[in-house]
Amino acid sequence: MDILFFGITKDIVGAAQIQLLEEKGKPTTVASLKSFLCQKYPEMAKLSSLAVAVNSAYAQEDTPINNNDEVAIIPPVSGG
Amino acid sequence: MIKILSIVDTIDPGTVYAALAHPKSGGICVFVGTVREFTDEQQVVGLEFETYEKMALKEMDKIAEEAIAKWQLNNVVIQHAVGKKGVMEPVVIVGASSAHRPECFEACRFLIDTLKATVPIWKKEMFKDKSVWVSAHP
Repeated sequence: MDILFFGITKDIVGAAQIQLLEEKGKPTTVASLKSFLCQKYPEMAKLSSLAVAVNSAYAQEDTPINNNDEVAIIPPVSGG
Repeated sequence: MIKILSIVDTIDPGTVYAALAHPKSGGICVFVGTVREFTDEQQVVGLEFETYEKMALKEMDKIAEEAIAKWQLNNVVIQHAVGKKGVMEPVVIVGASSAHRPECFEACRFLIDTLKATVPIWKKEMFKDKSVWVSAHP
């Protein structure tokens, strides 16, 4: 599963994209992905907000994520 | 009804104004967001924008459709720039045209306020000695 990062999360991870390999404990919902990332990258837990997009639409905490989904991490937006 | 939604390198307000002109419109309202030189008394050298373009265009479309459903509009434009922008340069432009001015004024405000809240675009403020992702931290 590929995960895309933007803005400050790209700086925190040090990459625009990472691949989560098939393994036990791989996140299966938006909520579990967020806690997985915040544990792996403690700086991510310090952000004002952290949203997740699944297939380029805002997802809910209980939205499932599958291997073929395009998953993106959306830190606080600041356009305009 | 013409709807123009795009992510661009450079914003040209003249072109956008021309795209908003419509024979049934008695008014065109345009908002242009620009780079301000000071944030909390610190001098800003420039802003750098990035986006998740595929999703940004979808979110822009939702905003435009909501405005079209809410007000009687002839044209709607939402355009945002990416890359580095210097002081006074335009970074975003939204506009609407309608038969009478109340509709386009209200729609224009809605377009920019909603864009700022939902469209996945990020801005980094560049100062002389540091750069900061805007709104990232509480």
